[in-house]
Amino acid sequence: MTLQEIITLLNAEVLGTKADTDCQVPCAFASDLISDILMCTKEPTLLLTGLTNNQVVRLSDMIDVVAIVFVRGKRPLQDVIEMAEERGLPIISTRMTLYRSSGILFNAGLRSCKI
Amino acid sequence: MQACVAVKYSMADYWNIAPGMENALKECFSRDAEADVTLEFSIPEKDFNNAGKGSSEVKNLLKRLGVDSEVLRRIAVASYEAEINVAAHSHGGEMTSLIYDDMIHIKFIDEGPGIADIAQAMVPGYSTADDLVREFGFGAGLGLPNIQKNSDALHISSAAGESTLLEFLVFFAQ
Repeated sequence: MTLQEIITLLNAEVLGTKADTDCQVPCAFASDLISDILMCTKEPTLLLTGLTNNQVVRLSDMIDVVAIVFVRGKRPLQDVIEMAEERGLPIISTRMTLYRSSGILFNAGLRSCKI
Repeated sequence: MQACVAVKYSMADYWNIAPGMENALKECFSRDAEADVTLEFSIPEKDFNNAGKGSSEVKNLLKRLGVDSEVLRRIAVASYEAEINVAAHSHGGEMTSLIYDDMIHIKFIDEGPGIADIAQAMVPGYSTADDLVREFGFGAGLGLPNIQKNSDALHISSAAGESTLLEFLVFFAQ
């Protein structure tokens, strides 16, 4: 599945200007706890989260995050958007909940990451 | 080498050595080599704007040195968790990364207040994080278990009211 398909399915808004929305997304993980994300992400993964602070972008320095979906209509501050741009990390925002977003993507065939 | 500084016997010590790594560890303690590269970062208390930068830089350097990507991930996750622990739970501290040709040794020494019960702190899900720390998405109670899981050897020395030393080793060849 491409990030563009995910944007359409979640009716999401692309934040920042340098996002590559044609990139392939092999699997996904959803959590609002940083240590859970670190423990469970061992392959290139789409992250769905309600966390919008700078540490959620910093995570992509440690693990292979393909893109971040901010759920429940959340938007990070401009400096966090800029941090993502510097890293070439696409970030998008959807008004849907974490549960609904995950369900829609799972039904569309996006698998859970291997943990 | 200076691995695993002398134990203060008044303090509680916790060791974990990954199965199969005992001989490699014994061999590295008997060495007398200096680290090829030493990187130092200071970690101020509750500075979540900058916490994690040290781990990012160490990972970038190791990447340039050609370390395997799965090994890189393990080092970065263990280092980041330890760096966040110092920022979240201590009055600040220092991170020192000693890079050898076949492994990395990272030491975190903080200014207290120490861990009263290390065995309890190792239990997945146990957390003493305050509200500020939790707002950032930390406080899952998986920090120390995550460091243990991703390192080849982990040593923690601490006591209530004292500083904490946490150090771990990861070998580049798996």
